Amino acid sequence: MDRRTFSRNIAVAGAAAALSPFGIVRAQAQKLKVGVILPRSGYLGFIGQSCQKGADLAPGVIKEMLGVDIELMNADFESNVDTARTRAERLIQEGANVLVGPFDSGAAAAIAQVAEQRGVPFVINIAAAPQITEQGYKYVFRNFQTAIDIVRNGLDLIGDLFQATNTVPRTAVYMHVNDTFGQAMTKGIGALLPRRTQLPFKIVDTISYDPAAKDLTVEVSKAKAANADFLLLVCRLNDAIILRREMVKQRWNPMGIVSPGSPGMYEEQYFKTLGKLSEYSISNVPWYNPAAKLTRIVEKAFLKQNPKDRLEFHGLNAGFTFEAILVAADAYKRARSTDPKVLAEAIRQTNITEKMTLGGPIKFNEKGQVEGIGSACVQNRNLLPTVVLPASAATAKPVFPMPGYKKA
Amino acid sequence: MSFDLVANVVVAGVLTGLVYGLMALGLSVIFGVVRVVNFAHGEMMTIAMYAATVLFASLGLDPFLCILPAALAFFVFGYLLQAGLINPFITRPEHSQFMLLVAVAIIMVNALLMVFGPSARSIQVDYQLESFELGKVLVDKARFFAALAAVVTAGLLFSFFKFSLMGKAIRACADNHLGALVVGLDVKKLYALTFGLGSVCVAVAGCAMVLLVDVTPPLGPAYTLLAFVIVIVGGLGSMPGALLGGVLIGVSEALAGLFVAPSAKSMFSFGLLILILLLRPQGLLGKKA
Amino acid sequence: MTRASAALAVLAIVLIALPAMVGNYALSVVTLILYFAYTGQAWNVMMGFAGQLSLGHALYVGVGAYAAGGLFFHYGAGPWAGLWLAMLLCVALGLVIGFLAFRFGVSGVYFALLTIAFAEFTRVGFDHLDWLGGPGGMFLRVAQRDTWDILNFRGPPLMYYYAILFLCGAALALCNLLLKSKAGYYWQAIRENEEAAQALGINTFRWKMLAVAISSAMTSVSGVFFAFYYNNLFPEQIFHISRSIEIILGPIIGGVGTLFGPILGAAVLTLLSDGITEGLAAMGWEIPGIKQVFYGVVLLAVIMFLPNGIWPFIARKLKL
Repeated sequence: MDRRTFSRNIAVAGAAAALSPFGIVRAQAQKLKVGVILPRSGYLGFIGQSCQKGADLAPGVIKEMLGVDIELMNADFESNVDTARTRAERLIQEGANVLVGPFDSGAAAAIAQVAEQRGVPFVINIAAAPQITEQGYKYVFRNFQTAIDIVRNGLDLIGDLFQATNTVPRTAVYMHVNDTFGQAMTKGIGALLPRRTQLPFKIVDTISYDPAAKDLTVEVSKAKAANADFLLLVCRLNDAIILRREMVKQRWNPMGIVSPGSPGMYEEQYFKTLGKLSEYSISNVPWYNPAAKLTRIVEKAFLKQNPKDRLEFHGLNAGFTFEAILVAADAYKRARSTDPKVLAEAIRQTNITEKMTLGGPIKFNEKGQVEGIGSACVQNRNLLPTVVLPASAATAKPVFPMPGYKKA
Repeated sequence: MSFDLVANVVVAGVLTGLVYGLMALGLSVIFGVVRVVNFAHGEMMTIAMYAATVLFASLGLDPFLCILPAALAFFVFGYLLQAGLINPFITRPEHSQFMLLVAVAIIMVNALLMVFGPSARSIQVDYQLESFELGKVLVDKARFFAALAAVVTAGLLFSFFKFSLMGKAIRACADNHLGALVVGLDVKKLYALTFGLGSVCVAVAGCAMVLLVDVTPPLGPAYTLLAFVIVIVGGLGSMPGALLGGVLIGVSEALAGLFVAPSAKSMFSFGLLILILLLRPQGLLGKKA
Repeated sequence: MTRASAALAVLAIVLIALPAMVGNYALSVVTLILYFAYTGQAWNVMMGFAGQLSLGHALYVGVGAYAAGGLFFHYGAGPWAGLWLAMLLCVALGLVIGFLAFRFGVSGVYFALLTIAFAEFTRVGFDHLDWLGGPGGMFLRVAQRDTWDILNFRGPPLMYYYAILFLCGAALALCNLLLKSKAGYYWQAIRENEEAAQALGINTFRWKMLAVAISSAMTSVSGVFFAFYYNNLFPEQIFHISRSIEIILGPIIGGVGTLFGPILGAAVLTLLSDGITEGLAAMGWEIPGIKQVFYGVVLLAVIMFLPNGIWPFIARKLKL
């Protein structure tokens, strides 16, 4: 470079240095660009849109809370893993400083590779496959429970449920979807249940079913024939609905339907389709704390943007998506830079205690995983998912066995 | 494994199988006569199911009452589809015909996705959750009526093909294309008619099925595959074969699910398909080519 | 130099120089295009050359991917070892299917259904194979992504781009060779009229089996690439019938049986779908499913009005 350019550069640098103690130059120049990559179409469309609601309210709430400006760059990966990869590349190319998403483990794995390759931090909102944080990635962070954590918390909550309702079921029949999620959960249950000696029940039969199956007559017949006290279920939305109906048709009324941690029974569609048949189903899932201060702030913002909706139906999806963006914004505030490497370091130092989801502070371990995220026992009551345990966050008392229980 | 359990499962398998059989019947008729691989068959059934949900939601019509208007609408639709789109393709190579219908299927599935969204739609009628009790066997009411509708429709179709002039003409086309032309039959019109009739089967099967299963757009491709498996197993061009194939698949999947692993149910259907293709390609009741 | 070779040379130069001209996103898209172009070309050998419609080609991609992936996952063996295992297994599988089909006289749409059945059977089967990850999927460890390590097939996306580009070129050369060889003529004869070919004394069974073997071997390489590029394999995705259909869309749109058809078809389809997404986003139409409907309509139009595919049409126009 020639002398003129050199002098000019010195002058600019000097000016910047002079102004920087006031933070004027940097603060004015930069917003944090958050690439939000979700499945807003395709078979995960509904869930992606639910997560998007959590993202949409984030800039406003974060501006109030932290005083930082964030700009969302939304991308839809259409429930397709190939598209997830190219969209991630696209977001990074267009200047995203950090990526947030994607709800699905397969897509998370694909995006993680792009993030690692390009050195851009990726904060996972929801994805349970344990392997994602076992690959030695430096730029991937997950503020969600792995399948093993979900099972552990789920089983513990089941114990709490029996204690709180003074019941001692001895047997359970375990039904699960045979897909990525169901398999991970099953492995977890297989490993953890035998060691949970304080849980009074044994699993007498295990029935796995195809998530795409439309007819679950055989499966329910088998389950009913096991004559167990209650149904332990790992499911997804559509099959949960089919199962519940089939149970009624076959006149099977166990003590309860309890999920140690799976989607489906707390989703809006389950209530809409089943009406009062949806009552009393229990899901032990990561959830938000209805009593937390941040929850109230988020709920207000949610209702403002979605006046005809209820936060309860989007608790998990919107809550964790919001928190993922919160993590990014909090790191940005501390790092005071949008440089991805600096941001990644800052994220690694995260320690957020003021949060909306249950459990300990948001703090990443050396694998990029948050430990100590809590779960709640969420029971369907009056057509709304209601937290019944832990007692400190509960808004109602658990009901178990459900009314209509007939000992076979 | 008690007898009751097996009996319940087998009965349910037979009843559901009959409805599948009706859907496959439509395909068998189309495939057997027009010789076109209707890869949009399942998608058409899905459209019928959605139509039933819409009629139920807006007019409160029970799906069984929807059958008549749906059948009529689908007859016209099928006729036009064949006459307008498919007829010119009869002489084209197989992969072209196939891709044509794949394109149609893609359009159908995604149009449904656009209009209805990805979550499942269903019909809630009172008798849906009730069952008849025959001793220890619980027969699902809705399933029973659905199977009844399937059998009645199949019966009507049989008599049409056996006794009516038009039906005989269509069978002639299927047996001997050249001969039919020589005799002066308007083959293209008969093809369109056949497609229309096949679509009627799909419409009835759809209205019946929507009581048993919640409809989502991805059901289409799954049913297309199922229809082909049934038709091949039962025998191309054999109408009783389609029903038999349906029942066979329904029962074998149920039993496989019961005795082995429910999640591996479909392996048995495909295994059966492979065996039939290799050992008895004309199907169980089909005539040797 | 003929016009065709000149055009091909230009295309090759453009593709080789591409990374210097475009960003990462475009590169990832072109990598995807080339992947489908290569796989489509492999399928084309069975269909276009030997006239056998395989609708379950994802079977070979999946088996190839799991073979190489499994070897790496459980024994640390690199992709070059996995490649041989993948090809071996896929050729064996293809020959079994071919044998069963041809000996029993299964052809046309029945053959297509047979291939679908095998793919579906395998899909559900792998879902129950916990040793290979089951439905939870198999995740391959990535040692590094900075330097080009050809031996372990690890490196930056740029390396994968050139790898698939090389594969495409190799496939093109191989198919060209095959078409002009004795095999090519026999295949043409069989495609046009199998009975007449048999009457002429051609052992149709042997030549059809050869086509199946070559096609499945080529497709297995696609699977190995997939395994080490994506690094996670799920039976539901890799064996799914939608994948099989994705594979054949390119060649059918581009032109079955032609040399450049699959590549052109893959390019047109990917660019089209991306273009539609952009266009719709620009117009503010964000209805889920609308892109695929457009896609289907375009597909329909091409099938109806350019039944031999786009390539023959363009070749005529450009007098290549």
